[in-house]
Amino acid sequence: MIALLLRDLKIAVRAGGGFGLGLAFFLIVVVLVPFSVGPQSSLLASIAPGILWLGALLACLLSLDRIFALDFEDGSLDLLATSPLPLEGIVSVKAAAHWLTSALPLVIAAPFLALMLNLPAAGYFWIVLSLLLGTPALSVIGTFGAALTVGLKRGGLLLSILVLPLYVPTLIFGAELARRGVNGMDTQTPLLMLAGITFATIALLPFASAAVIRINLR
Amino acid sequence: MMPDLGKYATSVLSAYGASIAILVVLIWASLARSARVRKSLEAFEAKRKGNG
Amino acid sequence: MSERRSLWEYANPRKFMGLSGTILPWITIAGGVLLVVGLIWGFFFTPDDYRQGSTVKIIYLHVPSALMAINAWFMMLVASLIWLIRRHHVSALAARAAAPVGVAMTIIALVTGAIWGQPMWGTWWVWDPRLTSFLILFLFYLGYVALWAAVENDDTAADLTSVTCIVGSVFAVLSRYAVNFWNQGLHQGASLSLDPEENVADIFYYPLLVTIAAFVLIFVALVLLRTRTEIRARQLRAYMARERMQ
Repeated sequence: MIALLLRDLKIAVRAGGGFGLGLAFFLIVVVLVPFSVGPQSSLLASIAPGILWLGALLACLLSLDRIFALDFEDGSLDLLATSPLPLEGIVSVKAAAHWLTSALPLVIAAPFLALMLNLPAAGYFWIVLSLLLGTPALSVIGTFGAALTVGLKRGGLLLSILVLPLYVPTLIFGAELARRGVNGMDTQTPLLMLAGITFATIALLPFASAAVIRINLR
Repeated sequence: MMPDLGKYATSVLSAYGASIAILVVLIWASLARSARVRKSLEAFEAKRKGNG
Repeated sequence: MSERRSLWEYANPRKFMGLSGTILPWITIAGGVLLVVGLIWGFFFTPDDYRQGSTVKIIYLHVPSALMAINAWFMMLVASLIWLIRRHHVSALAARAAAPVGVAMTIIALVTGAIWGQPMWGTWWVWDPRLTSFLILFLFYLGYVALWAAVENDDTAADLTSVTCIVGSVFAVLSRYAVNFWNQGLHQGASLSLDPEENVADIFYYPLLVTIAAFVLIFVALVLLRTRTEIRARQLRAYMARERMQ
């Protein structure tokens, strides 16, 4: 399984693997925000947590269809499904690879983009913490969506329509945690809820994703 | 016969109108598809019988 | 062999077609009559509310459609579980048939809510927990319907949508709580209560019950009709596939 993880990471980093595209997308979204709402520092600072969360979420979404598409096309997904490894484990590894290559760079880039949005210094910790805690859920939920649409020719748009509603609770608690942290309010409830969602999805959703892949490969 | 709806007449009437319109569209679409599918199925079965 | 007839017999497509064909006209007539009676009763023969004026009449459409929007999803969840566990094709097709009806009910609930909200709250839309949850429910419906439409193989589509329905249900409930929490965080002590049950008087209550019953029956009638259509459509596809093989 570790070999599989390394292989996925290698493919992602290799040229044409799409690594970095999500990051560039994130950057562009955040740069476009001041153009659309105006350059007032106070306004930007107050909406910064929400913008960063939304940007990270969309950037995650962008790279979802790559999770299984390449493996499905060259047939290695069939090989993986018939291998002695449990499919649930394979799905989890895929989600982990997606998180490491797509989400983690976003988390690291977030403080720099927060700087451009005039976020007060106290907020950086909360932005990074909320993204660090919330993005694994985005990857795992996204893997489920990618598994659902793996056999479809034009699955990209459908994938977004299916996955975005599922992202709602994570987005609400993640952005709320960041917002409350920035404003110095009580953060315990959203923190616990966000962590709960992340760990529950990591524990349970791979079973659904694996079931869906079995259906799609039938 | 018409009750006096007062100043909210537009709201009430548009709510009723919109809801009934949506219901009619839904029912019409369901019936149309039902009729279409039934007709083509019957045509197909008749043809199969004809071919023996 | 036991003489006892099980409910599962009606999961057989032929038996289902027979039974549904017999009861469908009656349910349709009953639903239509109740709807006309309830709406006329509510529209013409109930007084205005002292606070809400004549807009209280919107309740006879808003509450039943909202109830059915949620119940339709619940019915789809049950049908999906039956399909996954017992592999009855009628069950999967009934879930598919119910989804567009649920979409229409959600739209009616949202539209009447907005039209009601405009004179009462001075705005078409507020990000009240209830309104927001309904909007999210609407998005879930859209994804479900889109997935059915996108997958070509019938059984694969039924399987995928069933799993989606179950996972979606969990996330829909989760979203409901998240939205409750989120809005409390925005404006403390919201003064807008959307709960009409709280102060609904008997005089509004009885016609409301009639329209709720009417919406339930109309929902059942539409689902039966659409399920019958789906069964026929599948049979047609099977014939065409066989013909192509020859």
